[in-house]
Amino acid sequence: MVMFTLRRFLQLIPVFFGATLLVYFLVFATPGDPIAALSGGKPMAPAVQAALRAQYNLDQPFWIQYGLYLKNLVTLNLGQTFSGQDVSAVIGRAYPVTARLAFMALAIEAIFGVLFGVIAGLRKGKLFDATVLVASLVVIAVPTFVLGFVLQLVIGVQLGWARPTVSGAAPWNELILPALVLGLVSLAYVIRLTRASISENMNADYVRTATAKGLSRGRVVLVHILRNSLIPVVTFLGADLGSLMGGAIVTEGIFNVPGVGNLLYKAILKGESATVVAVVGILVIVFVVANLVVDLLYAWLDPRIRYV
Amino acid sequence: MRYSRTSKALGLAAVLAMSITACGGTSGGNNTSAAANTSKAITANGTEPQNPLLPANTNEVGGGRVMDLIFSGLVSYDVHGKTVNELAQSITTTDSQHYTIKIKSGQTFSDGTPITAKNFVDAWNYGAAAKNAQLNSYFFAPIKGYDKVSADKSTLDTMEGLKVVDDTTFTVDLTAPESDFPLALGYTAFYPMPESAYKDIKAYGQNPVGDGPYKLAPGGWKHDTSITLIPNDKYQGPNKPKNGGVTFTLYSSPDAAYTDVQSDNLDVLDQVPPSGLQNFKTDFKGRFVNQAYAGNATMTIPSYLPEFKGEAGQMRRQAISMSIDRQQIIDKIFYGNKKVATEFTSPVLDGYDANLPGSDVLKYNPTKAKELWAAADKISPWPAGKVFTITSNIDGAGNKEYITAMANQIATTLGIKAQLNPIATFKESRNLINSKKLTGASRAGWQADYPSLQDFLGPLYGTGAGSNDGDYSSPAFDAKLKEGLAAKSVDEGNKIFNQAQEILLKDLPVIPLWYQAVQGVWSNNVTNVEFGWNGVPLYYNITAK
Repeated sequence: MVMFTLRRFLQLIPVFFGATLLVYFLVFATPGDPIAALSGGKPMAPAVQAALRAQYNLDQPFWIQYGLYLKNLVTLNLGQTFSGQDVSAVIGRAYPVTARLAFMALAIEAIFGVLFGVIAGLRKGKLFDATVLVASLVVIAVPTFVLGFVLQLVIGVQLGWARPTVSGAAPWNELILPALVLGLVSLAYVIRLTRASISENMNADYVRTATAKGLSRGRVVLVHILRNSLIPVVTFLGADLGSLMGGAIVTEGIFNVPGVGNLLYKAILKGESATVVAVVGILVIVFVVANLVVDLLYAWLDPRIRYV
Repeated sequence: MRYSRTSKALGLAAVLAMSITACGGTSGGNNTSAAANTSKAITANGTEPQNPLLPANTNEVGGGRVMDLIFSGLVSYDVHGKTVNELAQSITTTDSQHYTIKIKSGQTFSDGTPITAKNFVDAWNYGAAAKNAQLNSYFFAPIKGYDKVSADKSTLDTMEGLKVVDDTTFTVDLTAPESDFPLALGYTAFYPMPESAYKDIKAYGQNPVGDGPYKLAPGGWKHDTSITLIPNDKYQGPNKPKNGGVTFTLYSSPDAAYTDVQSDNLDVLDQVPPSGLQNFKTDFKGRFVNQAYAGNATMTIPSYLPEFKGEAGQMRRQAISMSIDRQQIIDKIFYGNKKVATEFTSPVLDGYDANLPGSDVLKYNPTKAKELWAAADKISPWPAGKVFTITSNIDGAGNKEYITAMANQIATTLGIKAQLNPIATFKESRNLINSKKLTGASRAGWQADYPSLQDFLGPLYGTGAGSNDGDYSSPAFDAKLKEGLAAKSVDEGNKIFNQAQEILLKDLPVIPLWYQAVQGVWSNNVTNVEFGWNGVPLYYNITAK
């Protein structure tokens, strides 16, 4: 198990460099001149343009640009944005907010998703099951921005129960609404996955054996059925954590959350390689770690799975 | 005013597209039921400044909003864009080329150090020098010696045209007469910086000490979140704050800000998002403004296009102009919130003339358009199957819709193919325009940096000028421009600039479309909200209830 974990971390190294190289190249290859765009169509003195180009190594060929970037990375210098701020500082502000939002959304998905899924799975074909199925279908069908604007208007503006937008520090309580919007679609998927998995396992041999042994209904459901049914759900949640940490441009925009999604979007539009690569680099690490945790959870959930 | 990054990225013309109904301004009445509270702070929308807060490095609205409150210059602009002396005691010249500037004595920066003539000279030299790479450097171009300090790799740091005479007097020598030079002196680039700034300019850019009605609160700039300003008690000028401070909440989209004003979480919003254009007047009864500001939208037809050269080209440009039903686009796409352009500048400026001879070419006239197009075809036929394209970035709301509509009108009227050439990002479209690689027209527009007719003409249509994207060159126009700049007074200059516009109306280097307007709304918690000539609220006059 320790070896397995170690091996996975070693795999991170080529993945990280491969991904940053690719992303750096993609930003490099997008057409347009980021420095000329800085002046927004107004004139800019040629010497100023030249000085700025040199400052961001934009006057160098691709390999030298990337090499210089890597060289700085070794000294933990992520470079500077076009506004002259350290990328590390910018990311340091945005990531905690996105992380809070992602974990809240994930918690909503996991808790309510599994709960509703289990109940629906156990009462297959009953009223609750049917209601949950229809409701989840509706949620999946409605685009996130519609959900976001509607909840913002109803809860934030008309009822006044919550601030319609998130204030600067993005405290936990103000993030509930955006986290709910962000988590709802995945919630629907988790419900459906759990339900399908539960209802399938209900007829498994080991469940019949457990029941025959005279175990209580609660123990059978929680320990035997649920634990074995969680594998697909955990896989889904692991992957979802990755995408949530990548920021949610739409939801962040609606609720004015100062998170990673907007940062990344703006950086791509501006052609700010340093920011884009840094965000993606962190994302790569998040994805790899999330996948590793999921794999380790498999072994815990299903004793038949062993890692050496 | 400088450009807005969002709106540029999102498309200057359309997003700021907030736009007008009437250029006169239809401000709603103020509700003054509660007593004003001058010690209470107000909140307003903002965006993260794109650059450190240095006068010569701030060229977009996010930073500009803040800079214009924490600094004041030699002159300032009143609500109508009239230039009034602020720190200047007098600005005198006999030939519009050599200026003597006297500043009022006893004025100080917010840290208490006196403002001297040297502070201006040093700040301007700093802004101009190539080694400092300041974005507004080109504003100092008229000053003698600019060419040397701004040359690539130049290590010089003073311009010979600036001379300190004594503590309160300095002289400015320009390379050529410029009658509207005093008008520019209220622009951000020309603000003074205290001596202490140069010790650590990087730290100063994060926490500037200025001389304006407000100052940055300690730790007031919380990046990507908010910027808090408090009144500067050392300020002695005309714009004394009537509130206890301004906090800019930084938004990534105007939609979120609009929702916040609706629920009284934000006090003032100066940019109603496109989604609110239809309803803001009913959503904010008596709490909105809709007025023209110094900006316009145009379409550039580059002179290097083979189909638009010579006499045929001129007729074609006129035909295209007459085939656009501007009012219809304004009504259908902008909900009436703009005003049809009748010339190349803006109605809020001194010297504006709505009825210049030749302005008929900007009126919708399909019959005449067809005739002109046919006449042009006789001289040199329009290539068979050639599509007339209009290039625009589409990474923001609004551009795509109106340009598609415009292309359809042109196609229908002239019987040719016309369409939008969509470009994904602003930087990419800028690249196409700068490298002169367009194969058709392109979306354009201008916002004034300072209230001057000339600012809408010289930088855009003068031969070889910095923003002359279409490479327009007319000796007659250049001569008029020069004559206007050498005029003895601004008024006299404006008359000549309008004659220069008559030349443009014949040549149509760009096709003027409409004037921009600002749509602003405010919450129930504030009163006395007024917007200035540049579409920016007069924050210092707003009072909290």
